[in-house]
This record gives sequence, C-alpha cells and structure tokens, in this order.
Amino acid sequence: MDVMPKWAEVILVPLISLLLAAVLSALVILAIGEDPVAAVKLMVNGALGSSYGWGYTLYYATNFMFTGLAVAVAFHARLFNIGGEGQAALGGLGVALACLYIPWPHWSLALIGATVAAGLFGAAWAAIPGWLQARRGSHIVITTIMFNFIAASLLNYVLVNMLRPQGSMDPATARFPEAVNLPTLHDLLAPIGISFSKAAPANVSLLVAVAACVLIWLLIWRTRLGYEIRSYGHSESAARYAGMPPTRIIMITMLISGGLAGMMAINNVMGEAERLVLNSVEGAGFIGIAVALMGRSHPFGVFIAAILFGFLYQGGAELALWTTIPRDLIVVIQALVILFTGALDNMVRMPLERVFLSLRRAPKPERKEV
Amino acid sequence: MTSDPAIELKGISKAFGPVQANKDISIRVMPGTIHGIIGENGAGKSTLMSILYGFYKADKGEIFVAGKKTNITDSQAAIAAGIGMVFQHFKLVENFTVLENVILGAEDGRLLKPSIAKARRTLVELAEDYGLNVEPDALVQDIGVGMQQRVEILKALYRQADILILDEPTGVLTPAEADQLFRILDRLRAEGKTIILITHKLREIMDITDTVSVMRRGEMTATVKTSETSPAELAELMVGRKVLLRVDKTPAKPGPVVLDVQNLHVKDEKGVERLRGIDLQVHAGEILGIAGVAGNGQSELLEVLGGYADGTGTITVNGESIDLSGAKSDGQSRRARGIAHVPEDRQREGLIMDFHAWENVAFGYHNDPSYRSGILMDNAAIRADTEGKMARFDVRPPDPKLAAKNFSGGNQQKIVLAREIERNPDLLLIGQPTRGVDIGAIEFIHQQIVALRDKGKAVLLVSVELDEIMALSDRIAVMFDGQIMGERLPSETDEKELGLLMAGITDTGAEHSVAEVQGNLAHVHAAEKGV
Repeated sequence: MDVMPKWAEVILVPLISLLLAAVLSALVILAIGEDPVAAVKLMVNGALGSSYGWGYTLYYATNFMFTGLAVAVAFHARLFNIGGEGQAALGGLGVALACLYIPWPHWSLALIGATVAAGLFGAAWAAIPGWLQARRGSHIVITTIMFNFIAASLLNYVLVNMLRPQGSMDPATARFPEAVNLPTLHDLLAPIGISFSKAAPANVSLLVAVAACVLIWLLIWRTRLGYEIRSYGHSESAARYAGMPPTRIIMITMLISGGLAGMMAINNVMGEAERLVLNSVEGAGFIGIAVALMGRSHPFGVFIAAILFGFLYQGGAELALWTTIPRDLIVVIQALVILFTGALDNMVRMPLERVFLSLRRAPKPERKEV
Repeated sequence: MTSDPAIELKGISKAFGPVQANKDISIRVMPGTIHGIIGENGAGKSTLMSILYGFYKADKGEIFVAGKKTNITDSQAAIAAGIGMVFQHFKLVENFTVLENVILGAEDGRLLKPSIAKARRTLVELAEDYGLNVEPDALVQDIGVGMQQRVEILKALYRQADILILDEPTGVLTPAEADQLFRILDRLRAEGKTIILITHKLREIMDITDTVSVMRRGEMTATVKTSETSPAELAELMVGRKVLLRVDKTPAKPGPVVLDVQNLHVKDEKGVERLRGIDLQVHAGEILGIAGVAGNGQSELLEVLGGYADGTGTITVNGESIDLSGAKSDGQSRRARGIAHVPEDRQREGLIMDFHAWENVAFGYHNDPSYRSGILMDNAAIRADTEGKMARFDVRPPDPKLAAKNFSGGNQQKIVLAREIERNPDLLLIGQPTRGVDIGAIEFIHQQIVALRDKGKAVLLVSVELDEIMALSDRIAVMFDGQIMGERLPSETDEKELGLLMAGITDTGAEHSVAEVQGNLAHVHAAEKGV
C-alpha cells in the first residue's frame, strides 16, 4: 500500500520543497542587505501583476512545457534525455528553414509546417544518441549532453556560413516573412474583447504546448505504446519477457522526446524572435529537466511546473531590473528551487511519510500485510 | 537443564508502518541445540532474525544472550555477543580468496599479512574441529555454492560465534550438498554451538532440529519438541488450517507431441555455451518436469522457448517450427502460437511491481483486441477482466487497483498464473511455480497446473525443488551443465538417483563420494560465472 495519500504526494511534497527554497532564498536576500518581502512583491507584480508580466511568464512557460515534456516522456522509459538544449536548437533550424524557404499563404499553415519541421529536426538530433544507447550501449546522459555542444557548433556554422544574409555581420538568419509571423496573445484575445499587452511575446504556440500536454498524457497513460514505454522504464527484464523490443522502445521514446524539445522553437524562434539567432534556446532545455522532476514526469505536473518556472524567470528578470539584487542572485534562487524540488525530493518526502504513517497507525492499530 | 538459554527473546514486537511483522515474540534457545524456526514467507522469520542480528531495532522487547540482557544495536554488537549469521544470499566478495573473505572486516591491524597468517592457522583448526573443509587460497568465484556456504559459516566461527543463525541455507544446494551441510551442523551442535535454522521446508526441520518454533503472520504460534510433532501438524500450525502435503492427480493421458525441441544450443553474452544440444518432447496432457540445480541451463531453456533469448536448433510447436532468432522471435510471437509462460522470477520478469494489478493482467497481452478500443487501451475492460481473474484465482485482496508489489508472493504468483493459464495455451512454460509462495497458495497453484494438464494441455515445469518435481511431473528430465542427463518416470526413480543426475553423474548405480559430486558442481558454478 502507498504510504502517503495521492494529494500529499503530488501537492504537499512539492509545495513544502518550494517553501523551503523560498525561505532559503529570503535568507540569501537578507544576507546581501535587501528586503526579501519587497523582493517577493516585486517578483509577483512583475510576473503576474499585469498582462505584460503574464505575457512574459506564459512565453517562458511555453518553452518549459515543451522541454519539460521532452524530459518527462524519456523519464517514463528511464532514459535521461538531457539533450533538450541541442534538440531545441536543431528544432530552431527546422523552423527557420521551413519559414524562409517555403512560401506559406497563412500563419496557421506555416505553424503546422514549422511544428512538423521543428519536431523532425529535434527528433533526428535525439535519434542518434537513442540509437547509440539502444545498439551500442553508450550512455544516453553522456551522448545527449555531448550532442548539445555539437548542436551549438553546427548551428554556429550553419548561421555564419550558410543562412546569414549577405552583408550582415550578425550570425542570424534573415527575418521571416510577415506571413509566417504568429499571432500573439494580444492578437488572439482582442477579438473577444480582452485586452492583453501588445509587447509581450506569448503567442499562439502556448496553445500548441497545452495541446501537447494533453496528447502526451493520452500517449503515456492511455495508449499501448505508452504502456510499453512505461513497462520498459520500470523493468527492462519484464519488457523483454513480454516481447517489447527494447531497441524499438528506446528509439520511439527518444524520437518523441527530441521532437517535443525541437517543437519549442515555434515559440522562441517563430513566435518571438521571428528569425533564428545563435543560442536561441537560452537554457530552456536544462530548465526542462527541473520542470519534469518537479512535475513528477506527469504532463499536468509539467504544465504547472512550467508556469512556476516561467514566473521565476520573468519575476527574476524584473528583480534584476528594478533592484540592486544582482542577476546572479536570480540564478541562485532558481537553482535553489531546482535543488529542493528536484534533487532533494527525499529530504521532504521521508519525514512526511513518517508523519502520515504515524497518523495512519493511530486510528487503525492493526492492519495485516496483504 | 541447569544452564541459561543461549538466546532468549522476550516480547519482541516490530512494525513496519501499518504492518506488524513481529508481535510479542518470545523464544528460548538452549545451548548446544538446533532450534528451527519455520513459517511461510512473510510470517516474520527474517525480521525476527534481523532484529537479533542488529539490522532492525525492535519496537518492544528484550534480548538475553547467555542469561545477560544484551542491547544489540548493530551487527557489530551481535558479533561481539557471539552471534553469527549465514544469509540466504551470501555476502562474499567474489574475486577475493576464501581466506581474504574470512578476515574481511575482522583484520587485526593495519597490515594484512599477520591477519592472513593467523586466519590460515585458525582455518586449519576449524576445519579439523568441525569438518569444514575449504581451500583457503581458492577464489570464491571458482568454488561451488556448498563451499561458499561453508566460507560463510567459517566467517562466523572465525569471529568466535557461539550462536549461528542460518537463513534458508538449503535453498541453493543439491540434496547431497544439503546432507553434507546437515552433517556439519550436527558436528557444530556436538561441539556445543547453538544453531537457529530458519526454513520453510518441513523435512529439514524434522531431520535435524531439536525444537521448532512456528511463526504465522508475525506471531509465534507454537514451540514444540521436534520429536513430538509431525510434518502435518507443523504445516497446519504454519497455515492455520489443514493442508494437503502431496498433489492429488490421476495418471496422465499423454496425447500427441506438442513441443518438440531438437539439438537446441544457446550461448550467453560472453559466448559461453549454456545449452549444449537439448532434445526433449512434451506431449499434450502431460507435465514434463525439468530437475536440476539452479544455473544449469534451465533459465536459458525457458528464455529461448519464451522468445527472449536467441538459440540455434529446431523447436516445433504442434508440428509447426518456430523462428528462433530474428525480428519475429519475441514473447508476442510465442503467445500468438499458444505458448504461455510463467517466468521463474515473477518480480523481475513476470510482473511490473509498480504497476497496478490490472495493468499487470494485460502485460504481454496488451495488444489483444479485447483489451483495446481504437488506438487506446480499454482500461475499463482490462479492469473488469482482472476482477474476474482475481475472483477465479482467489487473489487477495481482490483489488485490481493495488500495485503488484503490495501483494504477497503467493498472490503475485496467482496474478501471473491467472494471466497465463486463462489464455488457454497449448503449452505452458512454468518456472519455479512456488518459489517464495506460502504453503496455502502452493496447494492452489499445483492444482491449477494439474487441471491444465487434465484439459489436455502440455506443461513444461522447471523447478529446483525436487519435491515439487517429484509431486507434479508425469516425466522427469534432469539437466546438468546445459544438457539433459536422463529422463525418468517419477514412479521408477528416487531423490538419490535424481540427485546424482543433477550432479552430472549418469551411472547412478555406483557409489559416489560427496567430493566427486561437489567437484562436478564446482565446475558448473565456475562456468556460470563466466570463468
């Protein structure tokens, strides 16, 4: 029987972890002579106090949903894909090529085309480490992180030598044609009478990310493929017994995972920058790991965690802008959240389990093993 | 007797969360006796011994060693109190010598050499005193299981243990090795050592113990003199009701050949040949039992037949040959051919411990049309089917949403059995059907296997429990070192003959020394470890 009720497992544990991270962050802010209460106010106001703030929070959250889902899907097959960064960069290349070289009549078609291209490029980039793992036993953690570096170099080369418009000194592609510019939340909400900040970058790809959360939930928990992925993740020997070929499962899982990471590019490249620049991913691939950990690899958990990290990103940016709290400290706060929600999970879980055990023992003194 | 008990436990209780593993347990073990503790899996035997050896701390209760109240906080304290433990799974360093293993953790100083010299002398003395012959300089990975066990006993004696606890010591031994172990225990008893023997085998208790305590559901239900009890009485005390100790079955009515295996060879990853030309046939309506010491190729045989190891040779089922390697050879294709498989290790292979019972019922059959609706799995249908299976196989508790790990061993096995048998297969492969299963469930599982046979299905049974092979099989094949040493009818053979075949000796009429048997087995154990 499970030690803790489900609600404690999925809500209480992350919440307490988060509180601990917040307390420690407050102490750090105190230590450098700033006022933590004011800092929190500033963060909340900056990230959630206006549609402008929300626009940025949701924009970041969109990135994290894609990369978080990518890590979460792989986790279910017990594959630790930390190559989201590189896969998203390659996805950006896919988006850029699709947007620059295909004359799309309308943004909606362009979005579909770019999503497919981004997914394919990301999937292809994840397929190589996947194949190396499945067939050669090369550890996926090593190969995916190496492929992040290769992706960065590859992108550098492609941007500088191939895609850079003539005469430009900037290692970036030309601007995408106007027809493929995605509508922002402002554009989407204006027709139904809701005014949303025009400047914020959150765009229609947020809806794609939410749809991806639902689809991945269906995939993992309701389809036979998801069942095989979870089976393999829990027990490779049992999967072999049942006749689920490991190579196939590893490859399919990595293709899905890489594809999701790649799809992030429709948000940052197509939706925001509207051209492909160097280092467009900005660490979102790594944040995806924290998001997946905190979200317990569950698509809805990933959704919530992505919004939380979006808030931290945007709130942190505001903090850096308006206070003397240095930018580095924002990273410290984010790191504390990752540390407590991801890495130090058991620190909160174990005492909590004990509490629930003693609570349970009191009313039902004797319960035989089943 | 005038002296104090060697060990006395008073009112020991221990709970793990809501589970009361030990409840107010008291025992007195007199010095120079062998005291058996018998009980089903999960009865709390191992927990009790772990408390005695300092792995767990009891919630309540006291421990007296030689009349003195002793606080055993960890295994060091247990050793200091003169308690030694031989675990079911040996705790030896495989690539150390026997001598190095014996002194490991009991070195005298910073330099190893004096300790080794001293240990060598002690080992010789102990070997003389107790008949514990070992080769001090052999690597542990090269010696047989029986000798490894003696190394474990020596480790305890080297630490001056007066009280030895042995946890299921015969699980990995051949009958001959088990006999030898019992002779050693006899000798230790004669020299004044106290032995606590934990087992679930009634025969061992009857053979060697002086007194026996029976545990059931965390409680000590009885402590009796062995000479004043019977196996039937002990079984009843263990289970709490009358148990049938043998299998009721009518003579087999074999039909046509269902499974035909010819010249089957299998190599492991290191290229070591694990099956060396197996020929066997199983007929409809027949149980073929494969006897053998664990690690002689039985697992590989099941894996190849079950579709998840590659091999060469020919296998036909109902006259149609089966693809032995390549993409089409997997568990799915075997199931499609009417082969069901209850694997040897249900926790590693047969079940996914974190999955719900209903998810496990679909395991391997998740592509079945009745389990899906469109591209999605029909979870409601699977759950409904699980409820039916749980009722028919008396799985307790009958809750499809409980994770597999929360069922007892017997109930886990019933889930696997229900899944495989209810597919009505032409051929059932079943490995170690009752390993880690309580007596009550054993009876049920055996009945199910016989019932399948009586429906005219073929059953290939692999078990290391000779009793089980003898009780269930219509024909017995003995495996040794990847080969079939011979086939016997259960009515025309006995444990002694099978035991010799299990050790690779085919002229079973002649007299054979224990050393010869062990030499043969050591060779196999070494091969198993890829030496």
